[in-house]
Amino acid sequence: MNENDAEIIEEATDEAVEKGLERLTSERISEVINQVLHKETGARFKAYVDTCMRCGLCSDACSYFLSNDRDPRFSPAAKVKQTIWEMLDKKGKVSKDFLRRAVHIAHLECNVCRRCSMYCPFGIDMAYMMLLVRRICHKLEITPQYIQDTVNSHSVTMNQMWVKEDEWIDTLQWQEEDGREEFEDLRIPLDKQGADIMYSVIAPEPKFQAGLIYQAAVIMHAAGMNWTMPSRPGWDNSNMAMFTGDNEISGRIARTFFETAAKLNVKRIVMGECGHAFRSTYDVGNRQLAWTMAPIEVVHAIEFYHELLTAGRITIKEKFSKKVTLHDPCNVSRGRGLHDMARKIVAMTCSDFVEMTPNREHNLCCGAGGGVINCGPPYKKERMRNNRAKAEQLAATGAEVLIAPCHNCHSGLEDIIHHYNLNMEVKFLGDVLFETMEKKIYRPGE
Amino acid sequence: MNAFIGFIMGPMVWISAMIFIFGLLIKFIFIIKEVREKEQYLLSYMTVRHSLRSICAWLIPFYPRSTRLRPVYYGVSYLFHILLFVLPVFLFSHIVLMDQSLNLSWPALHDGAADILTLAVILALVFFSLRRRLEPDVRFLTSVKDHLLILMVLLPFVTGFLAYHQVFLYEWMVIAHVLSGEFLLIIIPFSRFSHMITAPLTRAYTGSEFGHVRHAKDW
Ligand code: HEM
Ligand code: SF4
Ligand code: SF4
Ligand code: SF4
Repeated sequence: MNENDAEIIEEATDEAVEKGLERLTSERISEVINQVLHKETGARFKAYVDTCMRCGLCSDACSYFLSNDRDPRFSPAAKVKQTIWEMLDKKGKVSKDFLRRAVHIAHLECNVCRRCSMYCPFGIDMAYMMLLVRRICHKLEITPQYIQDTVNSHSVTMNQMWVKEDEWIDTLQWQEEDGREEFEDLRIPLDKQGADIMYSVIAPEPKFQAGLIYQAAVIMHAAGMNWTMPSRPGWDNSNMAMFTGDNEISGRIARTFFETAAKLNVKRIVMGECGHAFRSTYDVGNRQLAWTMAPIEVVHAIEFYHELLTAGRITIKEKFSKKVTLHDPCNVSRGRGLHDMARKIVAMTCSDFVEMTPNREHNLCCGAGGGVINCGPPYKKERMRNNRAKAEQLAATGAEVLIAPCHNCHSGLEDIIHHYNLNMEVKFLGDVLFETMEKKIYRPGE
Repeated sequence: MNAFIGFIMGPMVWISAMIFIFGLLIKFIFIIKEVREKEQYLLSYMTVRHSLRSICAWLIPFYPRSTRLRPVYYGVSYLFHILLFVLPVFLFSHIVLMDQSLNLSWPALHDGAADILTLAVILALVFFSLRRRLEPDVRFLTSVKDHLLILMVLLPFVTGFLAYHQVFLYEWMVIAHVLSGEFLLIIIPFSRFSHMITAPLTRAYTGSEFGHVRHAKDW
């Protein structure tokens, strides 16, 4: 009837998914699906299913749809059709081939960026629907291997990358030592009770990008902040469990995080430039713990830099002169409305700025977030194909430097730039600030 | 036969109107009740201000970016929805019937205008149906049910149009018109047409999450 109705046979690429599927019985499959779709949801889910008029207005929202020549299978509503509608129709009695495809759709063809809920006239949240599918996959133990490994790490170490406690402390001390070359009395204060700020990062920073901690320390020191970093688990603000539907571990991560801050008795938590970590602590993790909003104020780096610059705690020596453009990470623009602040920082630190369009809440996602990049190398080629729209958007700016205030975005955008030969350099806002700031210590009244 | 006609022209009109109104009302109450029982927390994120902000933004034609990306469909749909309510309520012959039975009346649309607008609704529905065949992404989402839903709306308008023009089988057309109109009213609360009340709710919730929690716009 319809050429697109031809069933897609999903290749067996992922060992964890395959092993998980082997273990499943058809009773288990329908039991889990019905449990999640009927017991763990409510009127909102029903309204989303019953209200969708199959009008296709959401299609244009999705960068996967745009990157694949408007292939109907990538329309947000189509992803729900291929997963949830069918699960509901068949009352959970779906085949293993169906599940293999469902894992793929939910984990690799949607990065839960929530752009589509701004394009659907009813505001239907397809990201929520895809996260439900991931929840089902989690309960069926068929989550892709690489991202499951990060959740396992969270579960054991309370950080995403198996960073051991001594490694963590060593890294901080090593960065402190390096920082002393810039400022002789610079400290990275560990476990300082009652500090104004707890600074928190994601695990990839100590693992691969320790220089970012060094930069943050220099900025904190120069701005004269009363800050601290925790030495114990709870320092990592990332939360991959949030993206695999492992709500229980997601809650444990958020609890450890907020308890660490509470024990240190800090006034607020400032976090590095990470989008999903912000989503976890500002929007999702707190809900898992039955807090309406975060129990301790969580401040994203964009907000924090903006505050330092407008308060004059950091001054700019010389503006960055290369042509820059800005990528709005969805978790802090669509997720927190920080896009205008980010632009103000760019205006204060850079002299040549060009917008990429569409922007702000309407930005196209980097295609790496929402756990997609964390599904690992087996899926990289596919990810690059699914990021074509972003690559075209980047190329159209003609900028030399791409500022992306989000870790995941960074990795994703770097992959895009290499794959599509875009010849751009990716920077954090912190990198730009660090390069352009006056390296002197702030003293009130000066 | 006459008893049957008397029934569908008389009591059945009221019965279907009641099913329509109370069906939607009860649906609304059940939704709120279920949210309170199972997902109470959703309400803590809802604010009147952000709900209205989002609903209003989406009522302004071509204000949301999404509606500008598909202007033809959105424009047709916007007009269609307005006419869907305006036509039956302000049709001269409907008002006459209201006047006879309840002694209530209000200004009516000019018959000629109503005729053209009815044709517009019919064309809009034909357009929806064609679009469901022609636009690949919509086609992928469409099932037989979607065409049936369009047909449900189409019937009262087509039969009304034909009855007005008395082209053929006038009496049968009137009966078909009344029946299909009643049928449409009855199924609204139990089909996807209940989006009439869920639309403001889902929009209000998303608008609140975007506005209140995430400090961002959702249009
Ligand atoms: C005040 C209440 C209503 C609101 C706010 C509303 C809103 C919407 C919206 C937002 C859409 C989605 C796509 C679009 O923008 O066109 C839609 C589609 C549709 N609505 Fe409504 N609606 C309402 C009442 C109704 C009623 C009472 C009916 C029919 C009895 C109806 C029939 C339809 C149909 C047939 C479509 C789909 C058109 C297609 O096939 O693409 N609507 N409506
Ligand atoms: S959440 Fe984002 S990636 Fe997922 S379907 Fe919607 S627009 Fe596409
Ligand atoms: S825009 Fe909304 S109603 Fe239309 S198909 Fe997409 S999710 Fe369904
Ligand atoms: S990595 Fe960045 S753009 Fe991508 S989903 Fe996350 S915040 Fe959005």
